[in-house]
Amino acid sequence: MKRLSLLAAAAAFALGAGAAQAADPLKVGFIYVGPVGDFGWSYEHDQARQAVEAEYGDKVETSYLESVPEGPDAERALRQMAQSGHDLIFTTSFGYMNPTLKVAKQFPDVKFEHATGYKRAANVSTYGSRFYEGRHVIGLLAGEMTKTNTIGYIGSFPIPEVVRGINAAYLAAKSVNPDVKFKIVWVNTWFDPGKEADAANALIEQGADVIMQHTDSPAAMTIAEEKGIFAFGQASDMKQFGPNARLSSIIDHWAPYYIERVGAMMDGTWESTDTWGGIDSGMVGIGEFSDKIPADLAAKATAAKEAIIAGELHPFTGPINKQDGSAWLAAGETADDGTLLGMNFYVEGIEGELPK
Amino acid sequence: MTWAGPLLAVALTMIFGMILFAVLGKDPVRTILIIFWEPLTNDFSRSELLVKGTPLCLIAVGLALGFRAGVWNIGAEGQFIVGAIAGGAAGLAVYDTAGIWVLPMMCLAGAAAGAAWALIPAILRIRFNANEILVSLMLVYVAGLWLSALVTGPLRDPDGFNFPESRIFHDSATLPILIEGTRAHVGALAALAAVVLAWIALERHEYGFSLKLFGQAPRAARFAGYREARVVMLSMAVSGGLAGLAGTFEAAGPVGQLVPALPVGYGFTAIIVAFLGRLHPGGVLLASALMALTYIGGEGAQLEMRLPAAAISVFQGMLLFFLLGMDVFSRYRLAPSKARLARRAQGGAA
Repeated sequence: MKRLSLLAAAAAFALGAGAAQAADPLKVGFIYVGPVGDFGWSYEHDQARQAVEAEYGDKVETSYLESVPEGPDAERALRQMAQSGHDLIFTTSFGYMNPTLKVAKQFPDVKFEHATGYKRAANVSTYGSRFYEGRHVIGLLAGEMTKTNTIGYIGSFPIPEVVRGINAAYLAAKSVNPDVKFKIVWVNTWFDPGKEADAANALIEQGADVIMQHTDSPAAMTIAEEKGIFAFGQASDMKQFGPNARLSSIIDHWAPYYIERVGAMMDGTWESTDTWGGIDSGMVGIGEFSDKIPADLAAKATAAKEAIIAGELHPFTGPINKQDGSAWLAAGETADDGTLLGMNFYVEGIEGELPK
Repeated sequence: MTWAGPLLAVALTMIFGMILFAVLGKDPVRTILIIFWEPLTNDFSRSELLVKGTPLCLIAVGLALGFRAGVWNIGAEGQFIVGAIAGGAAGLAVYDTAGIWVLPMMCLAGAAAGAAWALIPAILRIRFNANEILVSLMLVYVAGLWLSALVTGPLRDPDGFNFPESRIFHDSATLPILIEGTRAHVGALAALAAVVLAWIALERHEYGFSLKLFGQAPRAARFAGYREARVVMLSMAVSGGLAGLAGTFEAAGPVGQLVPALPVGYGFTAIIVAFLGRLHPGGVLLASALMALTYIGGEGAQLEMRLPAAAISVFQGMLLFFLLGMDVFSRYRLAPSKARLARRAQGGAA
């Protein structure tokens, strides 16, 4: 009797487990560095999360944690997600790199996807976008549209991704306007509308009449609108924050990648990979051009975009010297990905010192 | 009576929190349970309470001592950062050297640096009568920039692609873990020791008496022969030292390296904790546990109830708001103003 009930229990357990497996949706978690309402970086990641839900419906269950600081709390947040039965977790900011790897080691069955990092493991993939291709396009626009020949740039942290953006934008602007100057302010944060607005005001005071940013909120766009100068949407289109100020934008499209990766989980074909998609992959979008941009300039920028997609144009094509005058790329040579991923120098012509 | 205030404040926070959650369309009872009860029900969350509570408790105990004497060290966050830098740098200086002396050396360096950072406002107050609230607060930002400068410069990981972070500390420079498989580290024991020592100092030692006397009757303290400069220096050094130690623990414990995002506001939250604990070491211990609970539970609520992160911040802010409100009403009574009394008297006469 005892044995029978034990058997029955075991059978019930096995059946139950089997049934649960079939019915259980794939649990996908997202960790954001800012609030989902930042209308920039985290907002776009969350849009992509919603796209995943729309794509897979009942087969997927998503959850997210927002405003998770990139410090000691990140690891707990990650472990909490891993422990509560998530199968795939997207960690969407550079500072989550080491916590992601630590937690991934402890949960070998959970898969992780870390944005913009460079460390991988059997269950950790990395992904990022070649935003510098977008920077090239808006750099062309900025160089032509500035009247004071001064472009303001709000930097977050002096990491390679941000430095790469500055260099790409500067080279493009310089190619159409030899007198152009870049003023760069580092705010040491990804998301702080107050600091971003202060930085925008400071840059405008120094004569900037076009502003670019590598931070997550539309604060600078709002200031640009107030002051009657130009700016670009960052991560998101941001048109509603500066209908007159916005010239164009670099838009992050994470949805295709997220849908693909979640799909791979479902088919069991998920593998640790390193993805670095550009405009051609659809991961980097260029927002529509404002009607303030003259037609010939719009055509030029569109041509540059098409050339990048076709692989005929690389934003880092020599001859390019480093800031200290030493040679980097010979004429016609293009930068390799390794150098781009570790870029820790300004190109020749940019004033000021890169914080080190 | 003094303890009724914090308890009532917690109760009011829960009630208004439930209203807030209900307005946001979440089940209020379930949310409160997730925040205050669920973290206590599994080992992982319990261990995380220790991780989160340790720095809060260490810092708040030190602050409570100073606050008792009317020495307002608002810059514990800065002392925490400087402690992390000094402790971390000491560990990195002997990178890959094994030895049980490495961690004690790091702790000493961290505590000394935190104390030294806190002595700057102390000396400025004594010598130039500068307000220590402002000076210590402003030094927080200086410390934060130092951390950024160092991890993008001399302390940067040479193999880190120029990303702003130090090497990951080697094993001898990493705090031993208390409970296997968690992040709870031996710093929790240090925090407990600090609570006990602070209690002895405050209740059983003349130093504590001088602190309380200065806080309640500075003139009487001076007549009794206590030197204000000494009390200020000592209070700042002790609170700064403990904050510095907490910083070293944080770097050598849960984080394991120096990164710009290391400080997450423990130094500021500890001020709330100190007042919530009624500036009493035992109270501080309980208050840091409660505060840690709202953080861990808050994350759980975000995950399970899809509550926005800002709602949790509002919830935590309410706690301080009600606490301060309770303090006002426990010390003062609402009374009609003289003008109104006069009007009433006139009205009565007419």
